[in-house]
Amino acid sequence: MMASSYNAKEEDGHHSGASSHGGAGAVKSKKPDNTAFKQQRLPAWQPILTAGTVLPAFFVIGLIFIPIGIGLFVSSNNIKEFEIDYTGVGESSPCHSCAKNFSWNSTTPCLCSVDFTLEQPFESNVFMYYGLSNFYQNHRRYVKSRDDSQLNGDRSALTSPSKECEPYRTSEGLPIAPCGAIANSLFNDTLELYHIDANGTSNSIPLVKKGIAWWTDKHVKFRNPGGNGNLTVAFQGTNKPVNWRRPVYELDPSDSENNGFINEDFIVWMRTAALPTFRKLYRIIQKKPSSTPTLPSGKYVLNITYNYPVLSFDGRKRMILSTISWMGGKNPFLGIAYITVGSICFFLGVVLLIIHHKYDTRNNSADIPN
Amino acid sequence: MGMDFSTLRTLISRYCVGEENWVDSRTVYIGQKEPPPGTEAFIQQRFPDNRITSSKYTFWNFIPKNMFEQFRRVANFYFLIIFLVQLIIDTPTSPITSGLPLFFVITVTAIKQGYEDWLRHKADNSVNQCPVHVVQHGKVVRKQSRKLRVGDVVLVKEDESFPCDLILLSSSRDDGTCFVTTASLDGESSHKTYYAVQDTKAYNTEQEIDSIHATIECEQPQPDLYKFVGRINFYMDSEPVARPLGSENLLLRGATLKNTEFIYAVAIYTGMETKMALNYQSKSQKRSAVEKSMNAYLVVYLCILISKAIVNTVMKYVWQADPNRDEPWYNERTETERQRHIVIRAFTDFLAFMVLFNYIIPVSMYVTVEMQKFLGSYFIMWDDEMFDEELGERAMVNTSDLNEELGQVEYVFTDKTGTLTENNMEFIECCVDGHVYVPHVICNGQVMPGAASMDMIDTSPGPDAREHEELFFRALCLCHTVQVKEEETVDGIKHGIHQGKSTSFYISSSPDEVALVEGMKRLGFTYLRLKDSHMEILNREDEIERFELLEVLTFDSVRRRMSVIVRSSSGRLYLFCKGADSAIFPRVISGKVDQIKARVEHNAVEGLRTLCVAYRPLSQEQYQEVCQLLNGAKLALQDRDKRLAEAYDLIEKDLILLGATAVEDRLQEKAADTIESLHKAGMKVWVLTGDKMETAAATCYASKLFHRNTQILELTTKRTEEQSLHDVLFDLSRTVLRQHGGMTRDTFSGLSGDCTDYGLIIDGATLSAVLRPSHEDSNSGNYKEIFLEICRNCSAVLCCRMAPLQKAQIVKLIKASKEHPITLAIGDGANDVSMILEAHVGIGIMGKEGRQAARNSDYAIPKFKHLKKMLLVHGHYYYIRISELVQYFFYKNVCFIFPQFLYQFFCGFSQQPLYDTAYLTLYNISFTSLPILLYSLIEQHINMDILKKDPSLYRDIAKNSLLRWPIFIYWTLLGVYDAIVMFFGAYFLFDNTTFTSNGQLMTTNTQMMFGNWTFGTLVFTVLVFTVTFKLALDTHYWTWINHFVIWGSLIFFVVFSLLWGGIIWPFLNYQRMYYVFMQMLSSGPAWLSIILLIAASLLPDVVKKVIWRALWPTTTERIQTKRRCLVSEPSTIFMLSQTSSRLSF
Repeated sequence: MMASSYNAKEEDGHHSGASSHGGAGAVKSKKPDNTAFKQQRLPAWQPILTAGTVLPAFFVIGLIFIPIGIGLFVSSNNIKEFEIDYTGVGESSPCHSCAKNFSWNSTTPCLCSVDFTLEQPFESNVFMYYGLSNFYQNHRRYVKSRDDSQLNGDRSALTSPSKECEPYRTSEGLPIAPCGAIANSLFNDTLELYHIDANGTSNSIPLVKKGIAWWTDKHVKFRNPGGNGNLTVAFQGTNKPVNWRRPVYELDPSDSENNGFINEDFIVWMRTAALPTFRKLYRIIQKKPSSTPTLPSGKYVLNITYNYPVLSFDGRKRMILSTISWMGGKNPFLGIAYITVGSICFFLGVVLLIIHHKYDTRNNSADIPN
Repeated sequence: MGMDFSTLRTLISRYCVGEENWVDSRTVYIGQKEPPPGTEAFIQQRFPDNRITSSKYTFWNFIPKNMFEQFRRVANFYFLIIFLVQLIIDTPTSPITSGLPLFFVITVTAIKQGYEDWLRHKADNSVNQCPVHVVQHGKVVRKQSRKLRVGDVVLVKEDESFPCDLILLSSSRDDGTCFVTTASLDGESSHKTYYAVQDTKAYNTEQEIDSIHATIECEQPQPDLYKFVGRINFYMDSEPVARPLGSENLLLRGATLKNTEFIYAVAIYTGMETKMALNYQSKSQKRSAVEKSMNAYLVVYLCILISKAIVNTVMKYVWQADPNRDEPWYNERTETERQRHIVIRAFTDFLAFMVLFNYIIPVSMYVTVEMQKFLGSYFIMWDDEMFDEELGERAMVNTSDLNEELGQVEYVFTDKTGTLTENNMEFIECCVDGHVYVPHVICNGQVMPGAASMDMIDTSPGPDAREHEELFFRALCLCHTVQVKEEETVDGIKHGIHQGKSTSFYISSSPDEVALVEGMKRLGFTYLRLKDSHMEILNREDEIERFELLEVLTFDSVRRRMSVIVRSSSGRLYLFCKGADSAIFPRVISGKVDQIKARVEHNAVEGLRTLCVAYRPLSQEQYQEVCQLLNGAKLALQDRDKRLAEAYDLIEKDLILLGATAVEDRLQEKAADTIESLHKAGMKVWVLTGDKMETAAATCYASKLFHRNTQILELTTKRTEEQSLHDVLFDLSRTVLRQHGGMTRDTFSGLSGDCTDYGLIIDGATLSAVLRPSHEDSNSGNYKEIFLEICRNCSAVLCCRMAPLQKAQIVKLIKASKEHPITLAIGDGANDVSMILEAHVGIGIMGKEGRQAARNSDYAIPKFKHLKKMLLVHGHYYYIRISELVQYFFYKNVCFIFPQFLYQFFCGFSQQPLYDTAYLTLYNISFTSLPILLYSLIEQHINMDILKKDPSLYRDIAKNSLLRWPIFIYWTLLGVYDAIVMFFGAYFLFDNTTFTSNGQLMTTNTQMMFGNWTFGTLVFTVLVFTVTFKLALDTHYWTWINHFVIWGSLIFFVVFSLLWGGIIWPFLNYQRMYYVFMQMLSSGPAWLSIILLIAASLLPDVVKKVIWRALWPTTTERIQTKRRCLVSEPSTIFMLSQTSSRLSF
């Protein structure tokens, strides 16, 4: 501080000396440049928000938002959705015993089936979700408990996973692959859907398990160590997550391309949900080439291999069937919100119109000291 | 009036430095020669070498010392703590998020300071290594400057600057004088004369110099430039001789030798002990009102931050009471975590929440504010309208911390001479014994020949008067401290003046003196020069008269007069004295007092500056007595000034009045217009001057400070002589308050047009009586209060007969009054420095009385008229800009952090951040920083010309109106509202249980699910767009730069997000943002909801603005609206706004 002022002073002394001698050069250098920027006279657009100028904008917003809202609302209402809770809380519910007698150690899977009826046929592609409630996938300890390098096929991360995975980092002295709480708690109920036709026979509905994850996740972000060769060899020296029944390379016994870290169910699960009540895509039911609806109305049976305990933390499990529209799934909120905001804008437009007529004109005619 | 400001300066600087008694003295051995044994034994002191170190750091201590300095700032320390907390405990966000901005800020500051210090090192080195000539053993030796020691005898040649503080021993001039310019010390470029010690002035060669055997006793170094006392003891004769040393013998480091071939001098203060080095201590920092409100807001936000963290911590433990929530099977703790004590866990959680929400107080705000102030101040320097062709000077900014304070000024304290007036003195007339003399032709400094230029208005004087007249003219030619500056020609001195060519001219620190001497020249008496202690005058008959100058009793503002004692060629001794009438009349014993007094008063009413001249013949005995008195006082090492003043008082008495002079000081260009504008802008203008009441009042009328219908209240010695001070004060306050009752409102709203203004005149003596703490009773406190009450109701106040310290006292008094108004002091002279330093904003005028005021000011302008643009335009703009900057910064960080707070309620209070690390870090640094910075640099809510034309607009921002609590709360609530809209908007879009049992929304046609990072990214996208559009709505002045930064930073955000999510970044240990942004944008509902949420967030603010403007418009808004209506009409002023009709909404 001291010295900087000292420098400035010396410099100044020079200047004053120079100008007092009438040096033309010194005078010239002190004259500020007459540029628009330096004189703060840049050409500028000077808008002012008055009732008069804002009015049309409000009407326009109102006129645009309300139709959009109506469109959204209608298309959301046209979406067919069916949801069924199979947690088995009530005594009467078919999965009650499975839920009650759950044990991590049981080797035999507990099976239960839920009957339901679809009142209306589901056209086009139908998406099948599982939904969990009161499940805090967004808990900080949970969210960070993963190792993205390991999931990307990094060999060193495979054998020594990140510390963030604790306490799901090693088991029995071997590193866990995939490590961490998220992977460890992979949703492992198996859901199967049967249609009961008029004569009582049940037909299995084909469920497609491909294309349920983001393409970039499946092909870039998640990779098996050492390519997709022999996964058993690649995962040697690692242990399966403690709560899993099968190692990661045997997740999908039916499709060898869907094993290891690139298993799509696994990828979907690894994308942690934003809120404690969430649903995740489970399967897709492709529309039939013929004109018959994908899921005709009628009776259905949902067969569940009940592996996933949620009662301990007061959670719920659901199965959801839904069609989609151009704006995605069923969501009346967006439509309602658009209509509301649009109407408010329109209403405010009217209010402003009144204000404008009453006050702005008065102000303009009022004499303002010039 | 200032004949010689040095004594005056002493007073000021003594006030500034604080009265310190330098009991301690030092002894210097000239030429390092020990005094002969037997003299008093001195303890040899250790003196520093002559190394100047202005640098703060060395290579080794730079990092620790600089870090220490930087982290002493509260804000930096706060961020350091947050950063350390992040490093130590397991926190939700990576330490990078706060470490990186902090590191950036610290590094940039460190680099800047390091560079400055490197420059200083370089400058120091070049100074320390420059060669000086030292006399050693009778020879001149070259030495590096830094090796110079106290006691060395130095040879300095012309145009060289002095390497340290020196006592002048001898010079190349026969009379032992030398000329020095102190331009780099105090900015005064005039040449000052310094005198060699009488006993050594003949020692002109190095051998002779080497033979001097003497010691110097002087005070220890002290910073006052104009004060020095010492004594030199010679041991060359058998009897030691002592001579006094004063500041006239002391050559200061930094000054330059002029017009003198060479000098020999001895070093007494070296290195960091020189007066120059002691003087460049940093000034006390002034802080603006905006900064104070900003700090208050910070405290509020700190409280919000802490309460948020506490609420969340408590909620967390309530929520976690159920072990299935605390540790469900899918999300277990590690063993070490489980074993941690609950108190430690709770505390860690609290800290983690603090870290999560710490962005509510952003580092970048400090950086942005600093940058805004620093860059913004350039507009003042660049302003073409504040450039003065005549002086070749433009406005100067010494501190950029106070830019916005210029928009908040309530009281303006201005000096009169040189500030309101030109300080370009012109001799108008003189009056000898009641006969008035007027020089005819006024021809700038040109000497008019002969006695013809003298005109006597009154009847021709008799022989007695004739004698007085001659004496009067001689008195004026002799009684001054004017120097003659010679042109650098060989024999210019001889012929220059004689031939009446302006090859030489007069220089003085006081323009009055120059005017008087020049006036005398026009009346036929020309002062030629001072040579060998003889003053030479060329009289009307072209004869040279020589007077021996025996003593000069210098001017000071307390005595308000100066005297010389001269011996005429005929051997008669005279004391000539000139000074203010009040300083002379009481000491006069004869002369035509009444006539002269009448003339003086007449002139004073005309607004002329008057001086009285008197003389006293001295007999030889009287002179001896005088000499003794003076020498006794001069030799004193302590209290010399006081003793001198006493001596002067004894000498300057029994005077015979000769006459009076009148000098005109014209008003500065547009001074009246400026004062009128300041009045209209609601500022109270006080004139503080040392002049007498009549002169000052005349100037005030001329400068429209007082109008014809202003009712003048007088609080002067004249009145208090009649009535007691008590009664006068109560009288006045009653007068004022009677009116005041009904019109409090009027004075603030609109123009105080027809209501009676009051103007107060008070003089220095009465003022000190009012302020004097009386001992009798508690009434004294009341006086102050009553006085303030009167002042508050006066639109203009004139304080005359003020001593410099009283000026500062007045400013302090107003500053400390209960409304704590913002004060501005403007002045040009050294006598204004104290008030400039005292006021909130100090403005210096680069005037004729040196640069002291400009140097000590916060801003310096060439002319008084520039104050108008400075306050009404620049001040107004800066205030508008910085208040928006401060409010907006808090607003955008509420918008930023509040959703994160809300999110805690949905993630089990686990401190899960809503946004990705990159977004957390860059939000304040790059996504939203530039638009507000540029806004705060170039926003103009109203055109410059309108601001200047309509000063009343200034009232709209008075009293920090844009940073008051209601407005702050409005902005905060707006931020909270926006945060709620953004968060819950996204929440309802993601949640599938609240609205019926419905679908996964926000999915693309491929029906992929979105996770928590998409949720955060959606909120963040809406956030960035909302806060940027909010700023866009507040922008009234859209230049291409605004367009560029506003749209540019939005585009930057989008591009950055695409890039950030588009690549697997190898250096990151997580890839959570991979393709999140692109997936979000590929979904139609995401677009629709972004648009919806932005619209919903902005809606209330727009509505509020529009409705307020329509129903309760401020003056500013009326003018804006009016301007819009006028757009269609062709007008030169509105030319720029014509684009608006094309582009309007």
